[in-house]
Amino acid sequence: MTDSHELIRLSAAQLAEKLAAGEVTSVEATQAYLDRIAEVDGGERGVNAFLHVNAEEALAVAAEVDAIRAAGGSEAESLHVLAGVPIAVKDLIVTVGQPTTAGSKILEGWHSPYDATVVERLRAAKMPILGKTNLDEFAMGSSTEHSAYGPTRNPWDLDRIPGGSGGGSAAAVAAFEAPLALGTDTGGSIRQPGAVTGTVGVKPTYGSVSRYGAIAMASSLDQIGPVTRTVLDSALLHQVIGGHDPRDSTSLPDLLADLVAAAKTGNVEGMRIGIIKELHGEGYQAGVENRFHDSLELLKEAGAEIVEVSCPNFQYALGAYYLIMPSEASSNLAKFDGVRYGLRVLPEDGPMTIERVMGATRAAGFGDEVKRRIILGTYALSAGYYDAYYGSAQKVRTLVQRDFDAAFTVADVLISPTAPTTAFKLGEKLDDPLAMYLNDVATIPANLAGVPGLSLPGGLADEDGLPVGIQLLAPAREDARLYRVGAVLESLLEAKWGGPLLAQAPELAGSPALETQEAN
Amino acid sequence: MAAINRDDVAHLARLAHIEMSDQELDRMAGELAVIVDSVKSVSQAAGDDVPATSHPIPLTNVFREDVVGHTFTADQALSGAPDSDENRFKVPAILDEA
Repeated sequence: MTDSHELIRLSAAQLAEKLAAGEVTSVEATQAYLDRIAEVDGGERGVNAFLHVNAEEALAVAAEVDAIRAAGGSEAESLHVLAGVPIAVKDLIVTVGQPTTAGSKILEGWHSPYDATVVERLRAAKMPILGKTNLDEFAMGSSTEHSAYGPTRNPWDLDRIPGGSGGGSAAAVAAFEAPLALGTDTGGSIRQPGAVTGTVGVKPTYGSVSRYGAIAMASSLDQIGPVTRTVLDSALLHQVIGGHDPRDSTSLPDLLADLVAAAKTGNVEGMRIGIIKELHGEGYQAGVENRFHDSLELLKEAGAEIVEVSCPNFQYALGAYYLIMPSEASSNLAKFDGVRYGLRVLPEDGPMTIERVMGATRAAGFGDEVKRRIILGTYALSAGYYDAYYGSAQKVRTLVQRDFDAAFTVADVLISPTAPTTAFKLGEKLDDPLAMYLNDVATIPANLAGVPGLSLPGGLADEDGLPVGIQLLAPAREDARLYRVGAVLESLLEAKWGGPLLAQAPELAGSPALETQEAN
Repeated sequence: MAAINRDDVAHLARLAHIEMSDQELDRMAGELAVIVDSVKSVSQAAGDDVPATSHPIPLTNVFREDVVGHTFTADQALSGAPDSDENRFKVPAILDEA
């Protein structure tokens, strides 16, 4: 058996190989991750990536995979390549047998009567589900500080934010508490946490992964996607969860391309890679900008052609997003009213009518950011303002799409920093909603246009030693290009660093390596 | 476009079924005014000739066969309800009582 310190640091692809070769069992791997969660996730200075740990079910699934492998024969041969590889699931995605909170008090203790389609697909692939990960309440935030269950901490520096909304999934993967996780991305909630935690995150083409069972924030922007430590692992997981689903009316009928093959292409020669003029430079931290230019150099050396493109309408993208997203959210969250599920709070005095019960329930159940967005969305949709706000924002969406269309006539893939800064301190932007919203300035255009985006680690910023993310964007339905370019850039960067970026992350207290050191 | 004030927020909170204290209304009005101001430029960005996009990737005529699929039992549907009675969601009075 492999030492558990090494075991949890294997990529999902490496672990899958060892499982298939019989060098390690799924129960050993799953237990190693559960032990790691027990060591680093809880307590005052814990990572707090998990809201629920699903040990019993995960071990049962692992044991089932091990038994099938041990028995051999056709059932063993037909096991999915990721069978027995554990995974964590963002707590916005519903699961039978585990609570789903969406990071909100209004759903505390609620159990879904059905599984999300992506969860059904994980189960079909026999991947043990380790638990549910923390997030900003209803995925509204860029720091995971808006969770009703306390913030998640960044494994690179426990006093800093892990990004958001999917800070739990990204931190779990970065802290070696899981090899893989699922996230959701409405304006950057997979990619920006990936950037600030030194992990890989992918927002697939809108409609290419089913949203059935993802608690909706903004239905025309939301997309489920992979959160991993390597580009290849994202491709493997993307292939598990992607593909048509009749239960999601926005699901694309297209067949999924071979994303794993794309990740294994191994060259970018002759590919045109476009720098988006508006998505770097002013407003971006110097260390972010430096690492961005390093990546451009490496791609150029590898034979890619670097071109510059301009997307002038991206300047309106953030504003349009903060009209469209709250509008859709205010409508989607109307269902949390204390009638069919979740919390019900009775008014302290006065007549006990359903209207007043709803008002008291939503007042007590929702946090400040959720209330802010519901009120903003209600405003943007109200009579007299609809055309000026929601209507105009939808037109900007068309302009952003046109900018992308024009850019993709001269470039095969676009590139930018994923986020303007590295991870900031917990509490630093909590009282300034607008400053918080600016974190998503580079990720939002992809959601407005429905195009796919991938963030991968680009190194550490000179001034603070914290991870910087590089974002790749491709035309809709061309997710494969992200994996092709992403995997090449990752291998060039890792050659330069002498290993994965996460190998440079500080050891967390209570980690096996540290204990050994202390024992010596 | 008019600025958003405290009375607007109180009205919107009633529409959205969220009870708010006076203190909350004051704070929210201040925060929303800043946010609304920052998104104002959006209304100037596009001319009348630009069509609106409601969904990023247009899909039309999404049909399926008209067959009965999976349905929840009453127990499953009511499993998360705060209150239920005789296979129904139970709520307080719907109309104001005199």
